[in-house]
Amino acid sequence: MKIIACIKQVPDSEAKVKADEGVVSWGDAPLVINPFDEYAVEGALQQKEALGGTVTALCIGPESAREALKHALAMGADEAILVSDAALESLDTVGAAKVLAAAIQKIGGADMVVFGRQTLDNGAGLTPAQTARVLGWPMLGLAGSIKVEGGAVTVERVLEEGRQSMKANLPAVLSVVQSIGEPRYPSFMGIRKASKATIPVWSLSDIGATAPTAIVTRTELMNPPAQDTAIEMITGETPADIAEKLADKIIAEKVL
Amino acid sequence: MKTFVYIDHFKGEVQPASWEALGLAKSFGTAIALVFGAGVDDVVKAAVEYGADEVLVADDASLGDYRAETYASTLSALVLRQAQDTASSLNPNLILFPTTARTREMAAMSAVDLNTGVLTDISDLEVNGESFVATRPIYEGKVLEKTVCSGKPVMATIRGRAFPKPNREEGRSGTITKVAAAGEAKSTVEGYSASESAVNLGDASVIVSGGRGVSNNPSLTPPDGMDEKQAEVWRAQQGFALVTDLAQTLGGAVGASRAAVDGGYITYAHQVGQTGKVVAPDLYIACGISGAIQHLVGMRNAKVIVAINKDADAPIFKQARYGVVGDLFQIVPALTQAMKKKLGK
Ligand SMILES: Cc1cc2nc3c(=O)[nH]c(=O)nc-3n(C[C@H](O)[C@H](O)[C@H](O)COP(=O)(O)OP(=O)(O)OC[C@H]3O[C@@H](n4cnc5c(N)ncnc54)[C@H](O)[C@@H]3O)c2cc1C
Ligand SMILES: Nc1ncnc2c1ncn2[C@@H]1O[C@H](COP(=O)(O)O)[C@@H](O)[C@H]1O
Repeated sequence: MKIIACIKQVPDSEAKVKADEGVVSWGDAPLVINPFDEYAVEGALQQKEALGGTVTALCIGPESAREALKHALAMGADEAILVSDAALESLDTVGAAKVLAAAIQKIGGADMVVFGRQTLDNGAGLTPAQTARVLGWPMLGLAGSIKVEGGAVTVERVLEEGRQSMKANLPAVLSVVQSIGEPRYPSFMGIRKASKATIPVWSLSDIGATAPTAIVTRTELMNPPAQDTAIEMITGETPADIAEKLADKIIAEKVL
Repeated sequence: MKTFVYIDHFKGEVQPASWEALGLAKSFGTAIALVFGAGVDDVVKAAVEYGADEVLVADDASLGDYRAETYASTLSALVLRQAQDTASSLNPNLILFPTTARTREMAAMSAVDLNTGVLTDISDLEVNGESFVATRPIYEGKVLEKTVCSGKPVMATIRGRAFPKPNREEGRSGTITKVAAAGEAKSTVEGYSASESAVNLGDASVIVSGGRGVSNNPSLTPPDGMDEKQAEVWRAQQGFALVTDLAQTLGGAVGASRAAVDGGYITYAHQVGQTGKVVAPDLYIACGISGAIQHLVGMRNAKVIVAINKDADAPIFKQARYGVVGDLFQIVPALTQAMKKKLGK
């Protein structure tokens, strides 16, 4: 099995992100692997363990995104590839999908490409299906479990309405969700291996792609309206007393 | 101005934000509903009653199970056909969808086919002639962006309860036109297990949610023979029974934090937050939920938030309008009683 896990680098979830004079700032918070993509790496590693083979972590990003790829290597990925090019500064999801598809073709021979469900920064959740469409491969989205047998993959899709079992022939594109299992912590050995690894950097011409023009673009950045967070604490002698007061407050809000 | 509105349904059960999308489209001009599936007469009827000027229906056995490829191809073919037919009165400038797992996939793929883009999870849409500016959350909703799409048609998935829901006019009649299914599915649906309880958090005007705290009642003695994990889940179920009582009293739905879902206390369908459902009810009552950012982004647009937590320093209190520091096992049932009395139930 040759498995590719697509990962992005994003500001840490705990970061205080805000709009600051037209740009997004996150202070000195660290950049990390997109948390949803840790599940993608975990899902890929589970399949490698079950079936043998290799896991390649693939990322489009600036040079600094090497750190996110190193995290994937430390978790147990066999190799990592960074696609980096000055022409990729403003990339929308269709553009990312075209570039990822070209890199996946260049890597060659993949049986399965695993994505996270969405990025923390853009949060679109579009790239996996768009990459599948560009490649012409089946898309199995939001997989909570993965099983490969006889050249086909079956996933359990976790939907609001319930769980749906879906099957497709390999090669296929998957996106995974948290039910896949908590991402493993990098081992000491893994961290050492990752720190020594060389990560090839491919330009657009290396993968035979042209710079996609962004169709979706940002025109303005805003901080969400400040919420009136004047909290009123309800206290009382007994739970019944508190409940009585709280019930009156709720009714006075006219939200029922 | 002509807008296609994709009516998302799962086995005939329509995602209510589809109607909100229809209402939004009507406010711009002509709203043409799209209904895909097999045996979807009821959905078509509902689309007409919610105000669609016309319904384009692809009713075909091949669309019986949702698959991203066939749904996307059917949509793309429909748009291309309108675009080529210069006489067509249906050529859309905009396609609206409710934001769901399915629409993200099919819109994503169709955008590749049509060389356009998708604006996801939008909470506002300004229209200036043929240009659309959408507002959407980025960075877990910590920042908002205004965004535009230079392709045509512009595709946008709307956030639930961000736009008003139109009234349903029983018995309204409208034009219904059959269209062809297109594309080849690349996967098969092998089976399906429904969540045991139907929850529609997206549409609920009241949500009462439980977190890890619902399992924390040491005074409850679990039945004999349970190991520690079983006892924890059993305790949590007693806690969720109280949460459910309150929700039912208020005519609302039951939500949960991810810790409660991961703990096996309740199914994923109930999860509120970044990786669950983003909700905006009029009233949200958080019981035994600490208020992690990933939970807050899912519920902070609620009109009135009430937090019940025994830890006075829990971050959820920073987001709430009313707070009670106390044990949910005491406060929640007392609140249910008080509400029953006051609402005359
Ligand atoms: C990538 C990612 C995505 C995530 N997505 C989501 C998501 O979609 N939704 C989500 O909710 N979380 C999500 N999380 C998890 C989130 O970070 C928190 O771990 C989770 O929300 C915590 O749930 P909780 O508040 O129920 O549990 P805890 O943080 O453990 O809080 C339990 C609370 O209950 C209180 N309590 C205990 N006993 C009682 C009692 N008897 N009475 C009253 N109060 C009591 C405690 O004081 C505490 O504040 C995500 C995390 C990551 C990394
Ligand atoms: N720059 C990138 N490099 C590699 N993978 C990416 C990149 N951007 C997005 N992805 C993948 O696509 C998924 C969905 O991204 P998005 O559509 O932006 O929400 C992510 O979870 C990643 O798996």
